[in-house]
Amino acid sequence: MTTEALAPPKAVAARRHAASELTRSRVRSAMIFLLPMLIALAIVAGWPLLRTIYFSLTDTSLTNLYGGKFVGFKNYLGWTTLKSGRTIFSGLLVDPVWWNAVGNTVRFAVVSVALETVIGMIVALVLNAEFKGRGIVRAAILVPWAIPTIVSAKMWAWMLNDQFGIINDMLMRLGLISTKIAWTASADTAMTAVLIVDIWKTTPFMALLILAGLQMVPKDVYEAARIDGVHPIKVFFRVTLPLVRPALMVAVIFRLLDAMRIFDLVYVLTPNSSATETMSVVSRENLFDFDKFAYGSAQSTLLFLIIAVMTGIYIWLGNVRFDGGDR
Amino acid sequence: MAWTILKKTAFYALVVFIVVVAVFPFYYAILTSFKSGTDLFRVTYWPTGFSLENYVKVLNTGSFPQNLLNSVFIATVTVLGALFLAVTASFALSRVRFRGRGTLLMVILGVSMFPQIAVLAGLFELIRFLGIYNTPWALIFSYTIFTLPFTVWVLTTFMRDLPIEIEEAAIVDGATPWVIITRVFMPLMWPALVTTGLLAFIGAWNEFLFALTFTSSNATRTVPVAISMLSGGSEHEIPWGNIMAASVIVTIPLVALVLIFQRKIISGLTAGGVKG
Repeated sequence: MTTEALAPPKAVAARRHAASELTRSRVRSAMIFLLPMLIALAIVAGWPLLRTIYFSLTDTSLTNLYGGKFVGFKNYLGWTTLKSGRTIFSGLLVDPVWWNAVGNTVRFAVVSVALETVIGMIVALVLNAEFKGRGIVRAAILVPWAIPTIVSAKMWAWMLNDQFGIINDMLMRLGLISTKIAWTASADTAMTAVLIVDIWKTTPFMALLILAGLQMVPKDVYEAARIDGVHPIKVFFRVTLPLVRPALMVAVIFRLLDAMRIFDLVYVLTPNSSATETMSVVSRENLFDFDKFAYGSAQSTLLFLIIAVMTGIYIWLGNVRFDGGDR
Repeated sequence: MAWTILKKTAFYALVVFIVVVAVFPFYYAILTSFKSGTDLFRVTYWPTGFSLENYVKVLNTGSFPQNLLNSVFIATVTVLGALFLAVTASFALSRVRFRGRGTLLMVILGVSMFPQIAVLAGLFELIRFLGIYNTPWALIFSYTIFTLPFTVWVLTTFMRDLPIEIEEAAIVDGATPWVIITRVFMPLMWPALVTTGLLAFIGAWNEFLFALTFTSSNATRTVPVAISMLSGGSEHEIPWGNIMAASVIVTIPLVALVLIFQRKIISGLTAGGVKG
C-alpha cells in the first residue's frame, strides 16, 4: 500500500531528472554545433568591422597599414583656428562630396523602394489571380532577378547608349523625344538610368515576397466581400492591404537596407558621375583609389551606423518580428 | 458582356506588358551578341544575322575562360563551406531551446544585412595579413560574410517547421544530436539544402565589390569583374558585341537553373525574407 503510494512521485522525479539531464546535454551539444559558425562570423565580420572603426580614428594610409597613428575624431570633424581667429572645419561632417553622396543614396533608396513596392504589388496581384499562362509570367519575372547585377548594368548601358541604344530608338519612333538622350552620361538623367535598371532588376523579388503574403490571405475573405458587393478597390485597401502589411513591411525594410548600400550598379552603369555616386562608391574611392584609407574607413563606419540606426528605428516603429515566433 | 471582355483584354495586356519588360533586355543582349561588324550599330528588334564571332573572340582572347573557372571554383567552395557550417548551427538554433537564442538569431540576421563596405577596410587588412590577397581564397574567405548568415537563416526556418515527432524516436533510442542530424535530418533536408545552396551560389557568383577589391590581376578575377573591365582599343571603342556575348555566357546557366528550380527558389527566397 505504502510503496504503491510512494512509487509514482519517485518515478516522476526520476523521469524529470532524466529529462533535464537530456536537455542539458542537448544544450551542450548545441553550443558545440554553434561554435564553428560563430567563430567564422567573428573572423569575417566582427573583427574586420572593429578594425574599420579603428582605422577611421587613425591616419592610416593604404601603403602603410600598420603605421597609422591615433587621431581621434579628426576624420569625422576637425578644426584649426587661424591666427586671425577664424576657425576652419575639416573632415567628413563638413565635406560637400560626402553629403552629396548621402543625398544621392537616400534619394535612390526612397524612390527605388517606393516604386518597387507599388509595381511589385501590381505584379503580385496579377500573379495571385488565376489565369492561363500564370506559370509563364512567374518564370518570366524570375529572369531579371537571375541576371547578375553587373550583367544587367552592361545590358542596360547598351540599351541606353546615346547613339546606338534601342531605348532612344523606341522613344524617337514613338515621337516622345526629338533628340537622342545620353542617359548614363548626362547628369540630369544618370540617376533615372540607375533607377530604371534597379527597379527592373529588383521588382521581381519584391513581387514574390508580396505574393507569398497574398497567398496567406484566406480565400473566403474575398468571397465574403464579393457577396456583400464591396467594390474591388475598396476590398484592396480595406482587406488585402492590412492583411499583407506584415509581409510588405519586411519586404520594404529588406529592400531599403539593400538600397542604402548600393555599389555595383552605380559603379558600372554611371562611373565617376557625381550625380549618382553613393556612400559606398565614395568610400571605396577614398579607401583604394585616392589613398585616403582612414577617411574612407570613417565614411564606411558612418554608413554602417546609419544603417544600424535605420534598422533599429524600423524594428521599433513597425514592431516587426524577425525571430519568426518561438517554438 | 462588353465590359467583361474589355476587362479581360486589359488584364491580358498588362500580363503581356510585364512579360515583355521582364524578358526584353536579356533577349536584346542575345540578339546583339550574334551581330557582327557594323550590324552591331544598327538598331533592330528581330534577329537579322547569325554570327558567332563575338563568342569566339571572348573565349579565345584574354582571360575570360580562366575567369569563368575562377567563378565556378569560388562559388562552389564558398557554398559547400557555408552549408557545412550552417547545418549543425541551424540544428542548434531551431531544435534546441537555450538562453539567448533569439538574440543570436537577430545578430545573424544583422550580419547578413550590414553593408559590405563597412568591413572592406578591415577585411583588406586581414586578407593581406593572411597572405591570400589576389588568390581565390581571399574571395572564398570574404564571401562567408553573406553566404553563412543566409544559409543559417533559411535552414533554421526550414528545420523549425519539421515536426518534433521525427526526432522523438531517435532521442528515446539514445541517439546523440550528431547522429540525429546526419541520420534523421539530412535525408529530409535535401530539398532545402539544394535550394539554399543554389541561392548562395548565385550570390557568390554575382558578387562584385569584394571581387573588385581583393583581386588585382586578369588571371584571378571573377566573371563580373572581368565583364566590367572588358574594353576595346581605345576609351571610345567599347566592345559591345563581346560584352554581350560574355554576359549571355554567364547568364544562361543561371537562368536555366532558376527556371528549373523555380518553385524551390521562390519558397527559399520567401523563407529568407522572413515571415512577418
